[in-house]
Amino acid sequence: MILAETSAIDDLFSGYWLPLVIKAVLVLGIFLVVPLVVGYMEHKVLAHMQARLGPMEAGQFHGWAQLMADGAKFIQKEDIVPAAADGPVFSIAPGVALVPYLVVLVVIPFGSDLYALNLDIGIFFVLAMSSIGVLGVLMAGWASANKFSLMGALRAAAQLIAYELPLVLAAAAAVMLAASTSMIGLVEAQRTVWYIVPLFPLFIVFMMSAVAELTRPPFDMPVADSEIIFGAYTEYTGLKFAFFLLSEYGGIVVMSAVASVLFLGGYLPLPGLSAIPGPLWMFGKIFALAFIIVWLRATFPRLREDQLQRFAWIKLVPVTLVWILGVGFVKVAMH
Amino acid sequence: MASDVRPQKEQGIGLGLLQGLAVTLRTMTKRAVTVQYPHVKPDLPARSRGVIALKEANCTVCYKCSRECPDWCIYIDAHKETHEPASGGRARSAKILDRFAIDFALCMYCGICVEVCPFDALFWSPEFEYAEYDINDMVHERERLEEWTYTVKPPPALEEGAEAPPEDQPEDQIEAAS
Repeated sequence: MILAETSAIDDLFSGYWLPLVIKAVLVLGIFLVVPLVVGYMEHKVLAHMQARLGPMEAGQFHGWAQLMADGAKFIQKEDIVPAAADGPVFSIAPGVALVPYLVVLVVIPFGSDLYALNLDIGIFFVLAMSSIGVLGVLMAGWASANKFSLMGALRAAAQLIAYELPLVLAAAAAVMLAASTSMIGLVEAQRTVWYIVPLFPLFIVFMMSAVAELTRPPFDMPVADSEIIFGAYTEYTGLKFAFFLLSEYGGIVVMSAVASVLFLGGYLPLPGLSAIPGPLWMFGKIFALAFIIVWLRATFPRLREDQLQRFAWIKLVPVTLVWILGVGFVKVAMH
Repeated sequence: MASDVRPQKEQGIGLGLLQGLAVTLRTMTKRAVTVQYPHVKPDLPARSRGVIALKEANCTVCYKCSRECPDWCIYIDAHKETHEPASGGRARSAKILDRFAIDFALCMYCGICVEVCPFDALFWSPEFEYAEYDINDMVHERERLEEWTYTVKPPPALEEGAEAPPEDQPEDQIEAAS
């Protein structure tokens, strides 16, 4: 394995603080820009899948500035905290939902020497951080002093518990094959074959669990608008609401990035196409997976809450366990 | 399979799900049906109920329209004038229209006035962009109603094998406006 010891940013700039600041700015930049692009893509893809055009006016050319316009609108909105709400918790909740995804982005590699941080326990860090986000949703639901918010939050929590298990198990199988928990190590181990080939069912399981964990359709019962208004976000307005939205799209980006690191070889090119640089491959894979997540939203209706739970515990978990068992056997037999 | 209305047992592993995905993907590759309205005007049928036009020359001030109007949105004022025929004899009277106005804030676009008009003075025009900032401006006086006649489209062609229209020259009465 050819592992670069340090990130390219460390080689280009000397000192301790300068590379650190540059990395932080780059990560923040990616976190603020890529989710917006994914959000715009969702607008457009959803629209065209329904034979519509989607945003066409903002920014003149095919509504490219629509999400910036939305952001500007959210900033101007009144910031309402309900009288009965638990003020501080209510205000902290959007941050708790948003920051974990930003933090996860730190360990995502965009090239063999292009990353902010190469943690030895990268994938553990990612899975641990990505499940903190739901805490923000739970806080929001409880602090809103609204029955719909509380029900939405409880659904989100139940959903997270149900789908975290298959998500982690699917990731564990990739870790077993790669024999590494670092994100770079996981990618480099796929130089021979991308793990989507031997672990295809687990890739499906991982994507389904990721969609469920992001509470995206068809697993969006926590925000089922026909039943519980907008779940935990019912009482939120303005910038705080925008943070929740950003965390949803940030979550799509992060989950797509993690899935492409685990199963699609991250920044590795397809054979014969190594002329295209790694970061482009990484972004291409992120957008391809984000497209699939949007595609699912355009196609499938929302499941019922109990169907969702049944599906996770009775189907996904056993399937994942059996595959992990198989992976274990193969791994031992090959030794 | 076609008669399956009840929740069906899984047909294959998620075959229906894949079919659904194929449908949305196929739709995405087709052209969107959206008409970008302010930039592109919609192509409305000739008899769209956009606005009611008055061809004043045809109006005999019979008041039928204003009396049939379900919400009384048509205002008609007229007076009678008499004039001696050149050949002598009893003076003839004629009704002179003083005011004809339609309050489109009240109008419910039922079209009864157009139907009931015995002399083809009222027409549907597909124009619909006459929103106002003041509700009082929604009352269109006779000059404005006359303007709308220039936007009336010729009637759509009859279906093949349809009965011929009762009037001899159906084009003339409408074309005369322009």
